[in-house]
Amino acid sequence: MASQAHNAVGSPIERREGGAKVSGGALYATEYTPPGCVYAWLVTATVPKGRVASLDTAAALKVPGVLAVLTPDSAPRLADTDDATLAVLQNSEVPHHGWPVALAVAETLEAARAAAGSVGVAYETEPHESVLTEDPPGAYTPDEVNGGHPTERRRGDPEGRFAAAPVKIDARYRVPPLYNHPMEPHGATASWRDGRLTVYDTSQGADPVRAVLAQVFELPEERVTVVCEHVGGGFGSKGTPRPHVVLAAMASLHVRRPVKLALTRRQLTELVGHRAPTDHRLRLGAEPDGTLTSLIHEVTTHTSRIKEFVEQAAVPGRVMYAGANSLTAHRVAALDVPTPSWMRAPGEAPGMYALESAVDELACALAMDPIELRTRNEPDEEPDSGRPFSSRHLVECLREGAKRFGWAERDHRAGVRRSGAWLTGTGVAAATYPVLVSPSRATVTAHPDGLHVVRINATDIGTGARTVLAQIAAEALGVGAEAVRTEIGTTGLPKAPLAGGSSGTASWGWAVHEACRSLARRLHERSGPLPPEGLTASADTRGTADAESPYARHAFGAHFAEVGVDTDTGEVRVRRLLGVYAAGRILNPRTAGSQFIGGMVMGLGMALTEGGRVDPASGAFLGSDLAGYHVPAHADVPEVEAHWIDEEDAHLNPMGSKGIGEIGIVGTAAAIGNAVHHATGIRFRELPLTPDQVHAAGRGLV
Amino acid sequence: MDSSEESHAGASAQAVRHAPWPGPADSPAGATESRVALRVNGFSHTTEVDHRTTLLDLLRERLALTGSKKGCDHGQCGACTVLVDGRRVNSCLLLAVAQDGAEVVTVEGLADLAGEDGDLHPLQRAFLDRDAFQCGYCTPGQLCSAVGMLEEARAGAPSAVTDPQQGLGSAVRLTGEEIRERLSGNLCRCGAYPHIVEAVRDVIA
Repeated sequence: MASQAHNAVGSPIERREGGAKVSGGALYATEYTPPGCVYAWLVTATVPKGRVASLDTAAALKVPGVLAVLTPDSAPRLADTDDATLAVLQNSEVPHHGWPVALAVAETLEAARAAAGSVGVAYETEPHESVLTEDPPGAYTPDEVNGGHPTERRRGDPEGRFAAAPVKIDARYRVPPLYNHPMEPHGATASWRDGRLTVYDTSQGADPVRAVLAQVFELPEERVTVVCEHVGGGFGSKGTPRPHVVLAAMASLHVRRPVKLALTRRQLTELVGHRAPTDHRLRLGAEPDGTLTSLIHEVTTHTSRIKEFVEQAAVPGRVMYAGANSLTAHRVAALDVPTPSWMRAPGEAPGMYALESAVDELACALAMDPIELRTRNEPDEEPDSGRPFSSRHLVECLREGAKRFGWAERDHRAGVRRSGAWLTGTGVAAATYPVLVSPSRATVTAHPDGLHVVRINATDIGTGARTVLAQIAAEALGVGAEAVRTEIGTTGLPKAPLAGGSSGTASWGWAVHEACRSLARRLHERSGPLPPEGLTASADTRGTADAESPYARHAFGAHFAEVGVDTDTGEVRVRRLLGVYAAGRILNPRTAGSQFIGGMVMGLGMALTEGGRVDPASGAFLGSDLAGYHVPAHADVPEVEAHWIDEEDAHLNPMGSKGIGEIGIVGTAAAIGNAVHHATGIRFRELPLTPDQVHAAGRGLV
Repeated sequence: MDSSEESHAGASAQAVRHAPWPGPADSPAGATESRVALRVNGFSHTTEVDHRTTLLDLLRERLALTGSKKGCDHGQCGACTVLVDGRRVNSCLLLAVAQDGAEVVTVEGLADLAGEDGDLHPLQRAFLDRDAFQCGYCTPGQLCSAVGMLEEARAGAPSAVTDPQQGLGSAVRLTGEEIRERLSGNLCRCGAYPHIVEAVRDVIA
């Protein structure tokens, strides 16, 4: 089948929306301007906890062009949702800094902004606690952690075996709050007409947005349309509906005009989620030959007072290494902070930073090659569940990466390669990410002119969904991809899950594949010309895509980094990054390569430059814009290579694919940190590895 | 400052100013709007602008040219980069009222700027060939910035990584390091940087 279809699965075909994106024609959420459209600007709380005592809107209402200032007194009432972060302008409580307290609406953007700036707000403040400490008072063991994972798993006698281990590592690692910062800020354009709500939103899934809007405005879902045609990145922060879309719809309802609302860059960090800080204690016990006898990973993190979200950072320890004695556990403290949420590879990204750093420390303690140490502890089955892996090629990734990177020539001594002020070093770390998949619907229509139209409410957040779904359809239909058109990005299409958890392509592709196979059978069975309206087949993968698998299903990978460390300034420069992945069948090498590289670049930022901070006094996220929070820029990013090994796995989905959007960030920070240790001989355990930290610790190196 | 220096300064200031000072002539004191005439992608626009309006908001909200993106509104991300009188600028940091007489080129006008047949500027084509973007939101800014950067390098403008031995005014050879340095005002959260650099190198080659 595949051999008959050119441009089908596995071909590096160009992304279909590319022409629109490079010429400025691709429209994002706040680039739609319905007739009569007006503008909203949000006023947010400047105190960490308490309530709004009074709101003075008189000056704001005198601003020329202003239409309204929505406050808890005047804003439309919302029905309850399960998500307290969406209950905006419903009462005067201020649960954290940055919480919405008023919304100005005006004829122009400038007037809306001026009006928002003219709103006087007086607060009654209460004592607050916003900073996560090492042993936070009130920390508790949650019932479960993000992803529905158990909060704690215990096997054997981890503490006893650790105490008795001849070689051991006991280390703490810290990852600060991190901000998703997609390039497109969260924004929406909302309009009401004849009791119907239409919203252009920037979200990773239009169907969940529709469901929530229908719920809070008490409408049947069919009276809500949500369009997410092009989305300027999300990285988890647009995974579920965020407050901006509710606010835009409220404002439009209130002023009876279409309304655009875009959050400012600084408002994002406090309103759309962040990666919660994590404090890790890692204990590894081993025999002198490197065999792990105990693995203990304990994580402490924060959540907000209004919604529990627990970064599942100890979960990778349940997957990675063999051993009968293990404890992986989470504790969380509810603080007066904005609500954390998903950020690219929640759990795995910070968890694997800590675990893979500790494994490197153990390798040093054992005087053993870190690849050899990992290979020695490769499990036959998933350690925590005892289930067989559907496929696991971590060792192959490590070996392939070692070959490509030139690992064999590595001198394992740390702190010995100096050239002028620069020390150089190399590091390695493993990567893992689970295979997730959700049920989806899709239809496909064969038209008499030879065109096949696939319809599914998938979302392209930059992954190339239109393209890869066309390839999947083409393969299933036995036609070329140019004979397939994909329609995605609006709730008018068959219902589909969000683009998140590296599950989009698997989930949507499965339904597209099923619909196309069904259509192909019907086309095969019939003869004569197609009716003018064409022939349509549909699929719904409920019951199949979400069926329990007897296999443990994960993608794996290996990251290699070379760094230079300037002993004069403490600056760390990444010189090379190389990733090798085993992620099932790669459906489009061109777009897949971009996703892997993009993940590594974000991992580079996590390692070296990205660090959110909570101001203890105000409870605010400091440096929350793109000047105060340094996401990697061109000059930070050297040549980055992504490779993969061919992996066949019959236990995944009809395409044989695993998710690829997140694994690139997993372990990258550890590989870079391990390289910094190799360069300097100093072990840093708190991200990011900024010059001040490295310089202070490295004074003796000069 | 003596009088001869003063007159010297005045002469040079006059030489670089292309619009008559102090700008829109018909703005009465206390006005909050002024008439501005500017050309965008070859088309003339004369429009009343709120003095608070940035060039970016004029393009996006008034002229329906939404190709230029608003990523931060603070000159931190470069998504709003356009060319004004041939130079790359963050359009979110420029007040529209100050652009009277300006010649603006946005991503929508890049293809025409290339002056060739075909729908795309060679750099736009190279971005497609190299998959130099994912979500596409920073892309217009990357493209306009790179086009402006190529001209700067051609004119011999040094960057922080240019060899100081190189003579001023001679074209700078654009190594990977030079390209990365010169495009560092344009952030890409999808991490397409390696592919963007490849695309830029393609059009230099």
